[in-house]
Amino acid sequence: MKMSIKRKTLYGAVALLLFTCPCIPGNAADGPEMVELGSLTQYYEPVQFDHELHVGMIESNECAICHHHTLGTPVLDPVCQRCHASSGETDFVACRDCHPAKRFSAEYLAVLEEDINLFHLEKPGLQGAFHQNCLECHKEYGAPTGCQDCHVRSEKGDKFFYSGEYAPEPADNSSGH
Amino acid sequence: MKKIDRRKFLKGSLAGGVVAAATGTTKKAHSAYSFEGYPDSMGVLVDLTKCVGCRTCEAACNKEQGLPAPDKPFDDMSVYDEHRHGGLKRRTSEKAYTVVNRYDIPEKGEPVYRKFQCNHCNEPACLTSCFVNAYTKTKEGAVIYDPKVCVGCRTCMIACPFYVPAYSYSSPIDPVIKKCIMCYDTRLKFGKPPACVEACPREVMTFGKREDLIKIGNQKIRTTPDRYVNHIYGEHEVGGTAWMYLSSVPFDQVGFDTKLGTQPIISYVKDFLAIVPMVLCIWPALFTGFHLLAHRKNARQQDNQTVKSKKEEGHE
Repeated sequence: MKMSIKRKTLYGAVALLLFTCPCIPGNAADGPEMVELGSLTQYYEPVQFDHELHVGMIESNECAICHHHTLGTPVLDPVCQRCHASSGETDFVACRDCHPAKRFSAEYLAVLEEDINLFHLEKPGLQGAFHQNCLECHKEYGAPTGCQDCHVRSEKGDKFFYSGEYAPEPADNSSGH
Repeated sequence: MKKIDRRKFLKGSLAGGVVAAATGTTKKAHSAYSFEGYPDSMGVLVDLTKCVGCRTCEAACNKEQGLPAPDKPFDDMSVYDEHRHGGLKRRTSEKAYTVVNRYDIPEKGEPVYRKFQCNHCNEPACLTSCFVNAYTKTKEGAVIYDPKVCVGCRTCMIACPFYVPAYSYSSPIDPVIKKCIMCYDTRLKFGKPPACVEACPREVMTFGKREDLIKIGNQKIRTTPDRYVNHIYGEHEVGGTAWMYLSSVPFDQVGFDTKLGTQPIISYVKDFLAIVPMVLCIWPALFTGFHLLAHRKNARQQDNQTVKSKKEEGHE
């Protein structure tokens, strides 16, 4: 099937928008207002991440809380400072630019193995990076920590968790076994 | 499936016994041999400090393995208050090859969650205890089993130091062992991580080559010593396991048996088992020989006596 030029352009524009929005380097003020985090969603709806809101909660030079050393702002973790105290700004700053979507695929494991000098062996994948970074901070500052506080579960998710309309009949557990 | 009839089985075990008796009867030969796992076998490093007890791994396991519907939804956290007989926490069953348990540590502000499943030992006690050879340790590191061969004797349930194998008690006609196979059939074989690993939102589990995971574990301990106790559970326990653990609290406080030692379970019975074929094969032959020798002397004496008496009879 052939796509019309109009449709191609539209898809192209959408793709461009999706891939560039979160990748703009620079200081916090240059960052996007909202970021839709949905490339991995399977059982939940995408997260509408209010970047501007979160930027407003920190000082202007504290980008490293989430962006590590990539924005050129001072690195806070003393362990990271050993190498990244003045490593400067990087070309790519979006989470997915460094954290792989398929962290444990054979392809990515082979990449890790090839680079014998690689220090960041334990770098989490994209899903892990989101949930480790976001949730840790949310816990610390008393922000919501429930799964559905950030992303609503889809029907596929309900089925996966045997929840909602897919919930099992309550079993008789009176025997205590 | 290969069918083995009784005659062949007996023949085979007899031949095996003779070979075992002939080749390895010295103590040294046995203790020198120990299997430390296949060189490129995979494993999983579980970082307990990251688990928040969301039970997504349990749901993923259920889906991947096509297990029956659970008794309660996987987002129902009341399961953490359930206890089995004797106040024990939840364990694996024929309906759940992995379970997460909650441990309330008084010194810690928040509970510690611990995922529990087969640890896929380098030298599995279940495998060595199985008399029908239903178990296989694959080169990828998984300990799998053939339910068609399993006769349901449950010896592996007793042999396993982690109490992992479960039993299909619900099937009175053909009950078999049920346990985690590291998603070998559907994923591991094709180079993919187990379903639970991929599903975990917090990436509590790291999948990779076992030897790389030990490096990662040690690096984590070294760079953030305040976060972890200085031990990777499973690196050496019972000869090493494919699944290993990092924890912020001493392992015995979160349901781990820390008294298992570093020897594979089989090493405790290897020396004894080596004697069994010797006793079975050599003793009967040896003692029949002794008996015959002793008897021969008697028989000869009897013969002599009869000759003597005949001679005496002749003299008279």
